[in-house]
Amino acid sequence: MTKRREKVVLPLVAVFLGFLLGSIIVLATGRSPLAMFAAMIKGFSGIDIINDVPINTRHIGEFIIQAMPIILTGLAFAFASRTGLFSIGAEGQLMVGALAATTVALLVQAPKAIHLPLVILSSAAAGALWGAIPGFLKARFNVHEVTVSIMMNYIALHLNNFVILNIFGSVDRVKTAFFPESALLKSPFLQSLTRGSRLNWGFIPVVVALVIFSFVINKTTFGYSLRAVGYNKEAARYAGMKVNRNIVLSMMIAGAFAGLAGSVITVGTFNFGRALPSAEGYGFDGIAVALVGGNQASGILFAGMLFGMLKAAQPLMQSQGIPREIAGIIQASIVLFVAMQYGIKLLLEKFKKKESVSAEVDRV
Amino acid sequence: MKKALFALLIVALVAVPAFAQFKVGLVTDVGGIDDRSFNQGTWEGILRFAQENKLPKANYKYLQSSAEADYVPNLSTFADEALNLIIAPGFLFEKAMGDVAVNYPTRKFLIIDAVVSKPNVVSAVFAEHEGSFLVGVAAALKAKADGKNVLGFIGGMKFPLIEKFQAGFEQGVKAVDGSLRVLVDYAGDFAAPDKGQALAQKQFNAGAYIIFHAAGGTGNGMIKEAKERSQKGDVRWAIGVDKDQYADGVYGTKSAVLTSMMKRVDVAAYEVSKMTLQGKFPGGQVMVFSLANDGVGIPATNPNLSADIVAKVKEFATRIKSGALKVSEVPAK
Repeated sequence: MTKRREKVVLPLVAVFLGFLLGSIIVLATGRSPLAMFAAMIKGFSGIDIINDVPINTRHIGEFIIQAMPIILTGLAFAFASRTGLFSIGAEGQLMVGALAATTVALLVQAPKAIHLPLVILSSAAAGALWGAIPGFLKARFNVHEVTVSIMMNYIALHLNNFVILNIFGSVDRVKTAFFPESALLKSPFLQSLTRGSRLNWGFIPVVVALVIFSFVINKTTFGYSLRAVGYNKEAARYAGMKVNRNIVLSMMIAGAFAGLAGSVITVGTFNFGRALPSAEGYGFDGIAVALVGGNQASGILFAGMLFGMLKAAQPLMQSQGIPREIAGIIQASIVLFVAMQYGIKLLLEKFKKKESVSAEVDRV
Repeated sequence: MKKALFALLIVALVAVPAFAQFKVGLVTDVGGIDDRSFNQGTWEGILRFAQENKLPKANYKYLQSSAEADYVPNLSTFADEALNLIIAPGFLFEKAMGDVAVNYPTRKFLIIDAVVSKPNVVSAVFAEHEGSFLVGVAAALKAKADGKNVLGFIGGMKFPLIEKFQAGFEQGVKAVDGSLRVLVDYAGDFAAPDKGQALAQKQFNAGAYIIFHAAGGTGNGMIKEAKERSQKGDVRWAIGVDKDQYADGVYGTKSAVLTSMMKRVDVAAYEVSKMTLQGKFPGGQVMVFSLANDGVGIPATNPNLSADIVAKVKEFATRIKSGALKVSEVPAK
């Protein structure tokens, strides 16, 4: 197998094994895997393969809503990862991004053409700032970025809750007043296309982020030096690259992607700022997306859509009596099988060898 | 033979009452139907309704949300399936319920703890302050009988709904004796028993004899602390919330739970399901569950309260029901 093909085939095998395991568990609990797959297909396409009913386009919209934030947090994890950094901070960066979006949406009054871009840019900037802190501590004092970025998640959660509860809180205090129309990604046109789903223009920043990711990493000198730091820090330093600067910048750009997810959720899926009882898991889903997507923009797009589909299918599965945890199990086992890809590779090669040996035997 | 079978089938079809087709669904927040709080209570009301009307198992179900972003798709999924009644407990559903009700004007919805003014939504709200007033009275009488003068309140998060519990409790205590002190703390969390226990330690150490909680799972830590202290001979009491929590405070043959402020979300779910089945869905209305209709109150049996105290509590209950005594919803500053 060529290296290129390997990159595509191995995750696909992992996905296949994940679904296989999920089906076995569904079977073991006495339910039909067919119903599970029917729910999943309906979850992203709206097509009902069991009952003869017209396509429900609402599911397509909600599927995209589920996939958007985890594609962005996936990009965040992957970007840092390409520079050899293991950042767990996407969750917190997303929260400060959401908080910045809330602040700008509520406090700034401007026409939509100015207000909305300002909301989106502010969320990216806040995420970048939140990412810069572990980046700086890593570069300057060699404090491990895992520890710092995890702790920054908690600081973000409580900062968000403090500000929402004490400054912006409206009547019930756990959510803010509704944002003005000029700050929203919402679109009645997209909603009417998808039978009143929450589909909005949020996919535009997501696509832009995917393009930027791919371009910066693959086509620029800066991206090349980031990857060089990722492969071998000392060699990069020896080659005259600014390793410390690259670490901070990489964490900032990663943070900006995650911060962006904050505004996609806050002014797209919702139209108000929220106090959160606990983290909502977008950051950790992003890690899974990046791992399955092989830290490549195209891979992350597909992995994000795959996991978005699993999330979107949850209500349909539950309604059929299939526990929603099954979707979680499938997601986790896909990640597990991706992590075991060297084992899968060995197995595949062994299998191939046996085939060619037996073919030779036949020839003799 | 075939004809007989066919006839039997026809009879069976006709005999199956219309309500066998009735379907009811619950959308929970992230808590799920085993949260020992309002999700569980609502589900119990649905179960009672389903059993009484012999609904087949596929006709009553729930969807648990993983995050706030799931509320709308979950409600919409049930609406797409054309369930006869869709129930969501908790004021966090307010916005999602409003949006979905507009999207599906022919479906019927029930929201608990919030008011959504839409013609196809029934809102069920509770007079938590009235029930809390009664447990405040019980706590104050118990403390005075045992020669103590400090009580405590632990809330989940400090927003108006929970402040109603605090307000009622404080007024109940003061109605008995204005010189009693009530310590007040908010945990900032509904699912952190460790925080509940830490706050209980703080209040007990400051002399609190009885603590009332309105903090869901967080309050379980407070009950645990009361139980542990009482076990060691330092007798302290807990007052439960939402359900009769007597069983949660059991140690040996006793329980550290003095009484509970029952909030009958199960009654709300049960009643509205029944009305919908009978074709009397009260769309657009706000149903208030108070002392007057047993929507809130103390449990029927209170092994830890003396007959005197129960009698006194009942006296206050009568006065509130008749409107002679008004309980404020907001805490005094």
